[in-house]
Amino acid sequence: MSLSIMLSQLSVGMVRAVGIFALTLLFSLPLGMLIAFARMSKNAIIKNIARVYISVLRGTPLMLQLLVVYFAPFYLWHANISGYRFAAVIIGFSLNYAAYFAEIYRGGIQSIPQGQYEAAQVLGYSKSQTFFRIVLPQVVKNILPAVTNEVITLVKDTSLAFALAYQEVFTLAKQIAAAQTNFIPFVVAAIFYYVFNVLVAFVMERIESKMDYYR
Amino acid sequence: MKILEINNSRKHFGDLEVLKDISLSVEKNQVVSIIGPSGSGKSTLLRCATLLETLDGGDLIYLGDYAAKADENGNAVYASPEELKKIKMNFGLVFQNFNLFPHYSVLKNVMEAPVLVQKRNKEEVKAEAMELLRKMGLEDKADVYPYQLSGGQQQRVSIARALAMKPNILFFDEPTSALDPELTGEILKVIKDLAAEHMTMVIVTHEMAFARDVSDYIIFMDGGVIVEEGTPDQVINHPTQERTKLFLSRFKND
Repeated sequence: MSLSIMLSQLSVGMVRAVGIFALTLLFSLPLGMLIAFARMSKNAIIKNIARVYISVLRGTPLMLQLLVVYFAPFYLWHANISGYRFAAVIIGFSLNYAAYFAEIYRGGIQSIPQGQYEAAQVLGYSKSQTFFRIVLPQVVKNILPAVTNEVITLVKDTSLAFALAYQEVFTLAKQIAAAQTNFIPFVVAAIFYYVFNVLVAFVMERIESKMDYYR
Repeated sequence: MKILEINNSRKHFGDLEVLKDISLSVEKNQVVSIIGPSGSGKSTLLRCATLLETLDGGDLIYLGDYAAKADENGNAVYASPEELKKIKMNFGLVFQNFNLFPHYSVLKNVMEAPVLVQKRNKEEVKAEAMELLRKMGLEDKADVYPYQLSGGQQQRVSIARALAMKPNILFFDEPTSALDPELTGEILKVIKDLAAEHMTMVIVTHEMAFARDVSDYIIFMDGGVIVEEGTPDQVINHPTQERTKLFLSRFKND
């Protein structure tokens, strides 16, 4: 197999890895906010549901969660799960990453001094004006380094879709390497992940420096 | 005309009674200072007056409008959120720790609430905000961020922010306590200037000499009650209560 054929096959997997990455962020970033609010709720039932959710999703392996998400419909309802593979990958990743983002958001929201809320309250801001204008912009700045960490981990974690035999770049590299008894696919995959992460780090740094205008 | 009236107010935190049957009223153009040791309840009184805390009992009245009204058992019953929102526009509060919004420029800190909350014309508000900053000696700081300012400058911005809402009464909660001693003077001067312009103010402070000079009326609180009240001359120069004398003796050098 020539290098160019190998690369063109692997590039299909790279696009799929980017797809997992982008869709996971798209769903888990807002879902994490919902879970963070549930976790901070005054309602004990809602708060404890969120607490258990975060505990389980952070306390068990993502690979195992992917298997559960994929196979549960079959075992529970004998549902036909062919064609469900990609959706299962995205659901599994999003549920898992939302748990981590929720805790990052919670930390960020709780780090905002009470005085900010009080100043806004005395000036007559509504609750939602206070959150979106005063609290959230400061939270975003505070949590960026922690979010960057998660996002970088996500780039590498996309390889766990291997557990569901979803043909992203790592799964393909392993198949090609085994079939051709060739080490090169692993090198290509490694370079892909590394370059992807260099790009992610670059973008996140740019965003951080954009928010550097205040302390 | 009474701007603020508080009748028989009570407040407790757990087992601790912080306010025990406190009453006071503030006339238009009057400057009232509240002095007393830490834990005397004076900051809690201010926080209840500015709706940051709720009273357990008593009346809280701004210009005849009841924010809270005592029921037949004396328990405070608060007005609806819509009414409270209107009543809130009567007062401003200057915090001990400024509580400026760090992600806003100085000008935006001063301008946003009048535009957003009071729905006033942006250009008009901007002109007024610049005028307020000029008065505070900060016209060249409009575009900088709070972290670039000294504590005294930040506190002046927070005074401008409160004044931009055109309150009928302005509360100060230990406005100089977070400042270096050499910076307290500039804030006290701003408050004196406001008093000269007949701004109605209630000031919780530990600055006895300042309270004596700027106030029309002084309230000495201890243990959740008003121990002594009257003109500065009565309370500071000729106190009649032992507790007042003991408290003031610590400030003798003022």
